Amino acid sequence: MENNNKVQKHTIGVLVENQPGVLSRVAGLFSGRGFNIESLAVAVTNEPGLSRITLVTTGDQHILEQIIKQLNKLINVIKVFDFRETEFVDREMILIKVRAEEQTRAEILRIVDIFRAKVVDVSPHFYTLLITGDDPKISAILELLEQIGITEIARTGKVALARSKKH
Amino acid sequence: MRLKGAQIFFECLKKEGVEVVFGFPGGAVIDIYHEFPKHDIRHILVRHEQGAAHMADGYARATGRVGVCLVTSGPGATNTVTGIATAYMDSVPMVIFTGQVPTALIGNDAFQEVDIVGITRPCTKHNYLVKDVNDLARVIKEAFYLARTGRPGPVLIDLPKDVVQATTEFRYPKQIELTGYRPTVEAHMGQVKRAVQMLRKCKKPVIYAGGGVIAAEASEELTKFARLVKAPVTTTLMGLGGFPAVEENPEGKKDLHPQWLGMLGMHGTFRANMAVSNADLLFAVGARFDDRVTGKISGFAPHAKIIHIDVDPTSISKNVMVDIPIVGDCKNALQRFVQAFEEEPIENLDELRAPWFKEIRKWKETHPLAYKQEGEIIKPQFVIEKMYEICHGDAIVTTEVGQNQMWAAQYFHFERPREFISSGGLGTMGYGLPAAIGAQVAFPDRLVIDIAGDGSIQMNIQEVITAVCNGLPVKVAILNNRFLGMVRQWQELFYEKNYCATCLDAAPDFVKIAEAYGAVGLRATRPDEVEPVIREAFAIKKPVLMDFVVAAEEGVYPMVPAGKDISEMLLV
Repeated sequence: MENNNKVQKHTIGVLVENQPGVLSRVAGLFSGRGFNIESLAVAVTNEPGLSRITLVTTGDQHILEQIIKQLNKLINVIKVFDFRETEFVDREMILIKVRAEEQTRAEILRIVDIFRAKVVDVSPHFYTLLITGDDPKISAILELLEQIGITEIARTGKVALARSKKH
Repeated sequence: MRLKGAQIFFECLKKEGVEVVFGFPGGAVIDIYHEFPKHDIRHILVRHEQGAAHMADGYARATGRVGVCLVTSGPGATNTVTGIATAYMDSVPMVIFTGQVPTALIGNDAFQEVDIVGITRPCTKHNYLVKDVNDLARVIKEAFYLARTGRPGPVLIDLPKDVVQATTEFRYPKQIELTGYRPTVEAHMGQVKRAVQMLRKCKKPVIYAGGGVIAAEASEELTKFARLVKAPVTTTLMGLGGFPAVEENPEGKKDLHPQWLGMLGMHGTFRANMAVSNADLLFAVGARFDDRVTGKISGFAPHAKIIHIDVDPTSISKNVMVDIPIVGDCKNALQRFVQAFEEEPIENLDELRAPWFKEIRKWKETHPLAYKQEGEIIKPQFVIEKMYEICHGDAIVTTEVGQNQMWAAQYFHFERPREFISSGGLGTMGYGLPAAIGAQVAFPDRLVIDIAGDGSIQMNIQEVITAVCNGLPVKVAILNNRFLGMVRQWQELFYEKNYCATCLDAAPDFVKIAEAYGAVGLRATRPDEVEPVIREAFAIKKPVLMDFVVAAEEGVYPMVPAGKDISEMLLV
C-alpha cells in the first residue's frame, strides 16, 4: 500500500489516430483532470494514419491507473502502452548551446567525447551540442556543462518502446 | 444518388430513426432548414438553444433513444454548452448538430464563428468537425453509435456551411469502423463468480444502484436480483425508478417496497445512509461514487466489501477502492447474477436476513422522512405528496435543481425507470421545464410534471411558449418560497444566516406569466387550495403553471454536511 501512494515518474506510450484535435484531446484530458505532463513527444509512425505519443507523467499508482483508463476512453486512442509492468527502452535527444571560450573548449570536447555527444554547430563563442540518452546520462552531462555555462537547451522529451521478448 | 450535404443530413437522420429535432435556425444552418419541410421529421422550434439541448436530453431520458438538436454557429452553439455538459455528466445519449462558418473562413474570426469543437471537447463523449461532405454520412452514423453505446453520452457534429451546400454521392455506411472504441459489454465470468461467493457469505448486504441501471434498461434484472439475495436497495438520484419504491399490497393499495431504502447521500434517507454505513457488503451497480453520495470517502461504507459493476472502467476505483470490479453492461452483468442465484438459491434466506431487516426497520421507524403540514402555510413536501397521490404515481416527473429536486426525490415514489428526469451530475438550474417538454414530445398523452422552484424556473421560462405553440400540456409546479432555497439553507446552517443574494422577493407574477404566454396559471396560497389546484391543472389539456406559495424557510432533511460521513446527518 505504501508503494501505491508513492508519487513516481511514469512513461506512457499512446498510439492515436492521426487526426486534427487528437493532441488537444490528450492534453486537455491531463489539464482538465489535474494530471501532470512532464514531457510529451509526438510523431507519425510506420503505420499510415497513426501517430505515437510518448508522455512522462507523475502520480501515485491510483492516479496512473486513472490516467491509463481515461486515455483508453478517448475514441481516437488506439492503444495505451503502460510501461509499469513491461521492460522498455527510452531515450531523449537534447540540443545544448554552451559557452565555449578558449579556456573551456578542450574541456567541452572531452565531455562530448566521454558522453558520445556531437558538436553540431560552432561559432566564435558557442558550441551547440547534440546528445541522446536516458535520464541519468542526460542529467550527468547537463550537470557538467552547467559549470561551464549553458545558455540555451532544447529537449525532445522522452520516446519509449517496449523491449521485445528475448525468446 | 447524388445529394447535397443538407439532404444527406436528413437521409442519415431517417436511417437512425430520428422522429424529432429540437432546434433554432441561423445563417450557418439555413441550408438544412431549407430542406426541413420536405422531410417527415418533426421540428420543435425553441426560444433559446439551451432549451433545445435540454429538450433533446429530456426526450432521450424518457425514451432511451438518442435526442437530437440542431443550432446555428457561434452563439447558437455556445448556448447549447450547458445542455451538453448536463447530458455528459448524466450519460445521456444525444447528437448535437451545430452550424459553422464555411471551411475557408474557419480561424478567421468570421461572423458568428466559434471553435465549438474545442469548447465542447471536455463535455462531449466525442465530437467532430466535418470538413468534407464525403465524410458526412460516416460521421453521423458514428455519432449516433457512440452516443447510445457503452456509457452513453452527447456527441457533437460541427457542420460548416459549405459542407452542407456541397454535393456528393450518398451512401450510408453499413459498418462502423472505430478501432479505438470497443466498450466491454460482457461481464467477466470469473469476477462474477467471486462476487457471487461474496454475496453468499454476507450478512448485511446493500444494493447501491445508479443511473447506469436505467441507461442499460436493467431495472427488471435489478429487481429480480434484489429479491434473490434479499438485499435492501438504495439508489442515487439518477437511479430513482430503477427499483420500484412501492408495491401493491393485497388490498390494492401501494406500500413502500419492504426492500426499498430510499435515496442515499447528502439528502438521502436516514435508513439508506445508516444501512450503507453498517453494511458488510455493498453491491454497487451503474453508480459512480459521486461526492454527493459518499460524503467523506473514508467514512463511506467503512465495514463493507465492495462489488462494483460499471460499463465505464474509469468509474471503477476512481473515488472509492473496490474489492471486486466488474466492467460490463449492467443488464448483462445482472443477468449473470440472477442466473447464478436462480440455479443455486441462498439457503434459509429469510432467516439469514431477518436481523438485518430488523435493524433497518428500526432506523426507518425512528427517523422517517418527515415534515409537519400545519397552520395556514403550505409545506413544499405536502404539494409533492399530494401530486403523487392524485396521479397515483403515474407521471413523468422532471425537476429543476435545488430543494425542489431533493423534495421530489424524497416524496414522490418512483416505480418505473425513465419517469424521474433530473440534472444530477451538473445540477443545472433551468433544466426541468425544457426536459419536461422533451419528455412530453415523446409521450404526448402522459402526465408530465416539472417540479420547480421560483428561482430555477426563471432560467428557462421562455420555453413555456414552446410548450404552448406545440400543444405540449406540461404541468409546472412551482414551489415558490421567494428564495434560492438550497443556497439559503446552506447559509442558514453554515454561513451565519447571511442570506446574501438568495432572496427573490422581487418576483414576477407566475400566473400572469402563464397567461401572457397562452398557458394556464393557477395559484395556491393555503393548504386547502393545494389539492383543487392540482386536480384542476391535471385535468387541463394545456400547459399549466401552478404557483404554490410555500413556507419560505423550509429545509431539506436529512442533510449530510459537506465533508462529513454519511452517517452524520442533520435531522429535522
